Amino acid sequence: MHAEHSSLLFLLIALPALGALFNGLTGRKLKNDKLVHTVAIAAVAIPAVIAWVLFFQLAGMDHHNRALEQTLFNWIHVGSFQIDFTLWLDPLSAVMLLIITNIGALIHLYSVGYMKGDASYYRFFSYLNLFIFAMLCLVLGKNLLVLFLGWEGVGLASYLLIGFWFEDRENAVAGKKAFIVNRVGDFGFALGMMALFVVFGTLSPAGDGGINAQLAANPNGFDTNWIEAAAILLFIGACGKSAQIPLYIWLPDAMAGPTPVSALIHAATMVTAGVYMIARMNVLFFHAEFASSIVLMVGAATALLAATIGLVQNDIKKVLAYSTVSQLGFMFVAMGAGAYAIGVFHLMTHAFFKALLFLASGAVIVACHHEQNIFKMGGLWKKLPLAYASFIVGGAALAALPLVTAGFYSKDEILWEAFASGHQYLLYAGLVGAFMTSLYTFRLIFIAFHGEAKTEAHAGHGISHWLPLSVLIVLSTFIGAWIHPPLAGVLPESAGHAGGEAKHSLEIASGAIALAGILLAALLFLGKRRLVTAIANSGPGRFLSAWWFAAWGFDWVYDVLFVKPYLAISRILRGDPLDHTIGLIPRLVKAGNGLMSRTETGQLRWYAASIAAGAVLVLGAIVLV
Amino acid sequence: MILPWLILIPFIGGLLCWQGERFGPTLPRWIALITMSLLTALALWLWTTGTYTYAPVPGADPSWAVEFKAQWIQRFGISVHLALDGLSLLMILLTGLLGILSVLCSWKEIQRNVGFFHLNLMWILGGVVGVFLAIDLFMFFFFWEMMLVPMFFLIALWGHSSADGKKTRIYAATKFFIFTQASGLIMLVAILGLVLVHFNQTGVITFAYADLLKTKLSHSTEYILMLGFFIAFAVKLPIVPLHSWLPDAHAQAPTAGSVDLAGILLKTAAYGLLRFALPLFPNASAEFAPIAMILGLIGIFYGAFLAFAQTDIKRLIAFSSVSHMGFVLIGIYSGSQQALQGVVVQMLAHGLSAAALFILSGQLYERLHTRDMREMGGLWNKIAYLPAISLFFAAASLGLPGTGNFVGEFLILIGTFVSAPWITAIATSGLVFGSVYSLIMIHRAYFGPAKTDAVYKGMDGREMIMVLGLAVLLVLLGIYPQPILDTSSATMHGVQQWLGTAFTQLASAR
Repeated sequence: MHAEHSSLLFLLIALPALGALFNGLTGRKLKNDKLVHTVAIAAVAIPAVIAWVLFFQLAGMDHHNRALEQTLFNWIHVGSFQIDFTLWLDPLSAVMLLIITNIGALIHLYSVGYMKGDASYYRFFSYLNLFIFAMLCLVLGKNLLVLFLGWEGVGLASYLLIGFWFEDRENAVAGKKAFIVNRVGDFGFALGMMALFVVFGTLSPAGDGGINAQLAANPNGFDTNWIEAAAILLFIGACGKSAQIPLYIWLPDAMAGPTPVSALIHAATMVTAGVYMIARMNVLFFHAEFASSIVLMVGAATALLAATIGLVQNDIKKVLAYSTVSQLGFMFVAMGAGAYAIGVFHLMTHAFFKALLFLASGAVIVACHHEQNIFKMGGLWKKLPLAYASFIVGGAALAALPLVTAGFYSKDEILWEAFASGHQYLLYAGLVGAFMTSLYTFRLIFIAFHGEAKTEAHAGHGISHWLPLSVLIVLSTFIGAWIHPPLAGVLPESAGHAGGEAKHSLEIASGAIALAGILLAALLFLGKRRLVTAIANSGPGRFLSAWWFAAWGFDWVYDVLFVKPYLAISRILRGDPLDHTIGLIPRLVKAGNGLMSRTETGQLRWYAASIAAGAVLVLGAIVLV
Repeated sequence: MILPWLILIPFIGGLLCWQGERFGPTLPRWIALITMSLLTALALWLWTTGTYTYAPVPGADPSWAVEFKAQWIQRFGISVHLALDGLSLLMILLTGLLGILSVLCSWKEIQRNVGFFHLNLMWILGGVVGVFLAIDLFMFFFFWEMMLVPMFFLIALWGHSSADGKKTRIYAATKFFIFTQASGLIMLVAILGLVLVHFNQTGVITFAYADLLKTKLSHSTEYILMLGFFIAFAVKLPIVPLHSWLPDAHAQAPTAGSVDLAGILLKTAAYGLLRFALPLFPNASAEFAPIAMILGLIGIFYGAFLAFAQTDIKRLIAFSSVSHMGFVLIGIYSGSQQALQGVVVQMLAHGLSAAALFILSGQLYERLHTRDMREMGGLWNKIAYLPAISLFFAAASLGLPGTGNFVGEFLILIGTFVSAPWITAIATSGLVFGSVYSLIMIHRAYFGPAKTDAVYKGMDGREMIMVLGLAVLLVLLGIYPQPILDTSSATMHGVQQWLGTAFTQLASAR
């Protein structure tokens, strides 16, 4: 593949970095909120414009060689380990780039209103720009090590933003948890890179001589065990960043951060990094069948598990968080089934409607004076028409309501691909998951927006409020699904590409299931909710809802398995037992000193006797030996 | 003639500081600052003008970028023999830089006997430069022991006793001295043993590195002599279980003492392994490598757990050094070019980041008068800039990409992975542990509700320049480490060949 040089790529990462530095260094002194957000928005909006320019440049290129690159400098060259800091834009990274910069710019705009008056206004925007910088390094890095730089950078930004209101220890704890759980995934990622380097001698997936090209040219020339191992290790990294079982536990807690952060980082962009990484490494995963089947299983299990948890949560953001986990599971199903382009397509539509839902929930939360419990809301639809409309459109897209929503087109494709790749049971699992999705989504909407009003609510206003929401509303409908990323040159065609009769029946079935979920939600949660109360109060109902509410007890298990032993070990070691062991030497010396000095009694008898005893001993030894 | 001056400048500067106190307490500070700047400038000049493609390699007489030789005690074949290659140059550069910082960070902290303090400080640094330059084993031992004495005084006279009074500064200084002194004596015995073996073979008594490299050693002699060197370096690096002087010395030392200890003194041990232990005893080292790597692993986790368990912020950083040096030890014994180059970057990066963390905790101490993290909390809004900068160095310490620490650690791991995948896998999980203790430090000190209503004064220009300078250097090292890698490349290539050949022989013998 021949890539053209483009010197614009550099600006994409430089501007957000400068924005973050500028606000971080001067914000405290200047105390000018207007300057802060102008700089911060410009640092994302200009890259967004550049992104479109580059996208059209790519679209105009020959589709076999659709890539732009720019090498900034040699990063690390030691012997055969050659890492350049190269930015690489092909259609896959272009899709991510457009999502990050455009949705990023909208959310920056939204934050102007949301964070108004916060004492650390500058700090928020500085972190947000830092995040955009790192995320762009992640998607633009040609090399896995540059990707990893971004990967860790977004982790840091996420840590800082989750704990943004750190005066409350719980928020800071949630940030710490997110970082450490992600580090567990990074451990796998790092080892995966090492394995790849051993096998391929490079860490570059794309381009000539890259891992994908090497494998495609010589599929049987590499040790399968190493390939499987590398793929599984990379997937462990993806599980951390993209919140899959067993590492999903940090994402619900991450909702402690300001809501625009949840929208940008913990729904639309960062959490999809794992999906992107697998798409980037698609040839590797294609040749790692066992690893792919693990991806498939984990994705499906996560999709179902998170949906059950989402059914019983009370916190508006937690419901959305679990729905994100669940939707990411669907994306991984696509990845495991080899339908990489479909997974990326769902990534894109999900970014639209999930960002919309989070921003709308932010509007609701602010309107209800930072109340997040949906049972304390109710009847909001009259007072918050825009938020209500956003929830209806976004929720419909999440539930994949047929024909009119963006989510329908992408999620249906995933179900179809799962089926077409020969995993029929996964189709059923997917349908159950889809049913639960529409059930918990509309449970949330019916409880929060219908019924009797329980709080005073004040609608948001200003361009920073309505513009981002309106744009995302439009994108969450079927209009968003018209944007078909031109991924054909980068990602392989999947098994179900051809479509067929069965696909149409599946579409009808899944559409019906989505509607059924909504109807059931209406039946249960509109009106007096007698039925649902009865179910919840029955024995199994109580048990299940408690169990699901506690997220299946994962946190508890980890606490017992890892946290408690860790604390116990560090308590045992606190006094540095090895120091005490070494400390025995001086103690022995001192004891010996005490013993010997006791013989110094000053009594002549004692000395005479010991001289005599010594003489006897020596003589005896001579005689005997 | 430039090499002796590198050593003499700090020694002369130290004497001037001592006498300069007659003219007030400020003069010694300025003399010390100028001395260290001169040293750094000289080192920088050597770096830009010299070619560092010369370094000792197996099978030939060692070649050096710069060499100086003068007779000293002819009868015993001892000479003043100094030599410089890429590795020693980088280490001297680090010494000069951290020397400047340790003068700056003592500017307000040290108020008693300012002249004598700076005499000790300068002499430590002079001794360290001597260690990095000497290639006569007698000279090396001389400087190795010499740098302990002023360090002892630094801790004993200007240190802090622990809050509960259990561990005094005298206790810490004595412990430090006995540990390093005793292990140094073991090395002296090993040096003499090596010289005697060489004498028996050739009839010539010499302490010269180039000659001793050619000594043919029987299997067991080589192993025992290697252990003699290794133990001395193991105490200084430090390697668990010989580490316990380090947290005490750090906690009780003045800030400048901690900066020098963590930043430079620990590096002399890694330098000693690379310069002497591996080239002199390659076969024994290759045989010993698995044990050394396991010791490194133990160090990584033992240090990490203990760092997490500390309440004293300086002890936490001290134990994190133990953990980081575990990576260095693994890299040294991996016999891979990538890992050895990683060791160099890791040494520099750890020198910068640990120094910065100690400086920052010194600045905290000057404001709060405590190092106990249980009495901190919620400081983020109380002191301008300091918390954010601390966070940066905590991120560096946990190996975040973009800082030198990541480049070092990753090169060590990826280099070692080829020959020892399981050890590497376990060591890699140390990254999780590293983030636990680094974040808990930030969490306890800066996050949460504020403990008091007091507002502390912000950072002044001197404080700011020190830590921001270090931050910039650390980022440079993380983003563009190539100049460093190129400088040390020849030396590390030599070390790699020594160990690599020994590894192949060992493998074929089995």
